[in-house]
Amino acid sequence: MSGKAIDTLVIGGGLHGLSAALHLARAGRRVTILEKSWVGRHASGASAAGVRTLNRDPAEIPISLEAMEMWHGIAGLVGDSCGFHAHGQLNIAEHAHHLPKLESRLARMREAGYEHEELIDRAELLTLVPAISPHCVGALIARRDGAADPHRTLLAFRRSAEAAGVTIHEGVGVDAIEQAGDDWRLRTPAGDFIAPTVVNAAGAWAGKIAAMLGDDIPLGLKASMMIVTERIAPLLKPVISIVGRPLSFKQSEQGTLVIGGGLQGRADIEAQKSFVDFQELAKGARAATDLFPSVSALRIVRTWAGMEATTKDHLPVICASPNAKGAFHAFGFSGHGFQLVPVVGAIMADLVIRGSTERSIKGFGAKRLMQQRAAA
Amino acid sequence: MSRRVDLLIVGAGPAGMSAAVVAKRHGLDVLVVDEQPSPGGQIWRNIETVAATARADLLGKAYAEGAAVVRQFRASGVDYEPGTQVWYVEAGARAFLRRGGSASSVAADRVLLATGAQERPVPFPGWTLPGVMTVGAAQIVLKSSGQVPDKPVWIAGSGPLPLLYAVQLLQAGGQIAGFLDTTPPGRAVAAMVALPAALFGAPGDLLKGLGWIIRLRRQVPCVRHVAEIEAIGEHGLESIRYVTTDGRAATVPADLLLVHEGLVPTIHPTLALGCRHVWNSEQDSFAPELDGWGETSERHVFVAGDGAGIGGARAACLRGELAALRITASTGRLSEVAAEAFAKPIRSRLADALSPRAFLDRYYRPRPAVFVPPDHTIACRCEEVRVATIREQVSASRPGPNQVKAFTRAGMGPCQGRQCGYTVAHVLAAAEGRAVPDLGLYRVRPPLKPVTLGELAALDMMDSVP
Repeated sequence: MSGKAIDTLVIGGGLHGLSAALHLARAGRRVTILEKSWVGRHASGASAAGVRTLNRDPAEIPISLEAMEMWHGIAGLVGDSCGFHAHGQLNIAEHAHHLPKLESRLARMREAGYEHEELIDRAELLTLVPAISPHCVGALIARRDGAADPHRTLLAFRRSAEAAGVTIHEGVGVDAIEQAGDDWRLRTPAGDFIAPTVVNAAGAWAGKIAAMLGDDIPLGLKASMMIVTERIAPLLKPVISIVGRPLSFKQSEQGTLVIGGGLQGRADIEAQKSFVDFQELAKGARAATDLFPSVSALRIVRTWAGMEATTKDHLPVICASPNAKGAFHAFGFSGHGFQLVPVVGAIMADLVIRGSTERSIKGFGAKRLMQQRAAA
Repeated sequence: MSRRVDLLIVGAGPAGMSAAVVAKRHGLDVLVVDEQPSPGGQIWRNIETVAATARADLLGKAYAEGAAVVRQFRASGVDYEPGTQVWYVEAGARAFLRRGGSASSVAADRVLLATGAQERPVPFPGWTLPGVMTVGAAQIVLKSSGQVPDKPVWIAGSGPLPLLYAVQLLQAGGQIAGFLDTTPPGRAVAAMVALPAALFGAPGDLLKGLGWIIRLRRQVPCVRHVAEIEAIGEHGLESIRYVTTDGRAATVPADLLLVHEGLVPTIHPTLALGCRHVWNSEQDSFAPELDGWGETSERHVFVAGDGAGIGGARAACLRGELAALRITASTGRLSEVAAEAFAKPIRSRLADALSPRAFLDRYYRPRPAVFVPPDHTIACRCEEVRVATIREQVSASRPGPNQVKAFTRAGMGPCQGRQCGYTVAHVLAAAEGRAVPDLGLYRVRPPLKPVTLGELAALDMMDSVP
């Protein structure tokens, strides 16, 4: 490709690619994003957009807490609220025998010095969520958590990235990656792109890109399903999940109920298509109607499954490539990467520009997954 | 509870019934599900009740022909479940049903989708006002209850159906205030090349149509070459403004406006199944890609009837029979050779039945404003998104319908984009200088019919499927 020289090529126009590009461009780098379909085509556009620190793996908590601070000032970062509202996230104990699990989680959090999760009793639960079935006994809550609007978030990150000078090529997939002296040459149907550094934020296709760079990182594939109902009058504000059952339940600004919880559909990665498995999705509908009996008669307007990469330990890969100098990875968010978007972009900028970061990414190295494969 | 059948047929119209009779005759275990309370589909709706009454006469001979097909279907002994909606079909194949407020699923080795057509959405300024409806919807009322509107109606549109309905309405004692014919000038010339085939293959059809036109012009005020229509009113239709291609404009008082601009195949089920689709430029619509038997790109998923491309009832019956032969052969209950021998005369009759299509498609091809309506027209009626809003999304990145959906909410409502899918594609194509077939339609996000959370939840309590 002719034109100005590129410092960093970002592969993948999902939220993590956009965020990395935005932070890099604001630090003065000339960045180009290569997106094989269009911005937000897969996981980012199919996200439930939960903004959650609650129940995160301990390894993710430091960066998740920083991301939460960024969400509370998200307009300062991307010029729009992204539809973010901090009405809290709750993990519900339906029965008394579920409480010990929440109590031990809380004890571990306190032990580690974290204050963002609290236990609430039935009375407070009913005050916060009057529509919930009264059989529930309590909940773990993260009050500063909430949810955003995935499409508004995509638009805001895209516009900010472009305003910062990022070039986005949609419909341009990477067919091959070659070394060209100290640079990387990315072969695409739209010609070759050359830059000294590459960020792999290719979501469900990140394993394939990593392999092109020389990193063999085993990844799984998720096709998490979602339900959206017709619009109803305001029912609840926080985002709800339940101990031991697959459910994430919230009401959008438009009044629709958005129901997920990680139930898996079927994905065809070659065809870039995903399919809903209704027999499986019925579990989510059942959990929703058990907790909120009044929603039984609501009509389901649409359902879908979004494709994303998952790792063996459900922690992301955020690191410099072990084998490819100048290449960096940010993928494998395993169904809970939305909240981390603002901070992971900042981490990628640290890694690309300075070669290191003060932020805690110890648990996210690619080698942990590659070694497992070698041992197997 | 979950069941398993050799063949699941969705739709008990001409194609579904004909296919069922043939498949059952060859020993297949067939289940036919249909949304209506009785067999016949849209074209022969309610025919068992009406056949013996005076209403049958006023609905005409083609309608009465359906009685024989329904009788055969009833006598065939297939399992038939009326009042049942199919809200999803999964590759594999499993269909999810809904009947009387409860959901169930059925496993089927083979599926035939005989889900017919829908009226092409006709967006124009004011089309969502109460008092504006489609000719097809009005005809349903006439067929199922014999009711005629108590005030004079305006009919606006193009195609055989508005003519047929107008004649039926007059016959039933209804009044027509006026007929706004939106067929553009010059169509007779454009269609002339296809006339000999139509006259040779199915002379009766064209004569019948000509009879309707002569009768209408004699009894009803007709305005030809209407190019623009606007429905005007505060809370409901009060008047209609129309302009002809040569600039004649008028505003007339109106209580009820019925519109129609042709039919398009129902493709939501095949889209959901991931079947390949092709653009039919003669009919300005997508249709599933089918082989000569009606099998889609997905193995063991078949389509017959108007869902395969608009062809009318007679063609639908024949396509249903062909699909059933192939399906039977694929189970081994009929040899390939025997299926081919049975198919041969059917194919020749099908060619005759389809012979008027090219003429009709060209003659009644909708005017351009049906595809790209004026900016202030509502494109998506569920989410009330206007054409201008769709057009505003056009940028250097040349977004397709799915991106525009994410940013405008057009197509996110309960109709699943059935009403606005083509409009959004046409508006974007025109603005971006692209072709509609390249842009495609929205991805289909099931369910195909609105199932409730409670009904879906109940599926989880049933025995898990084998």
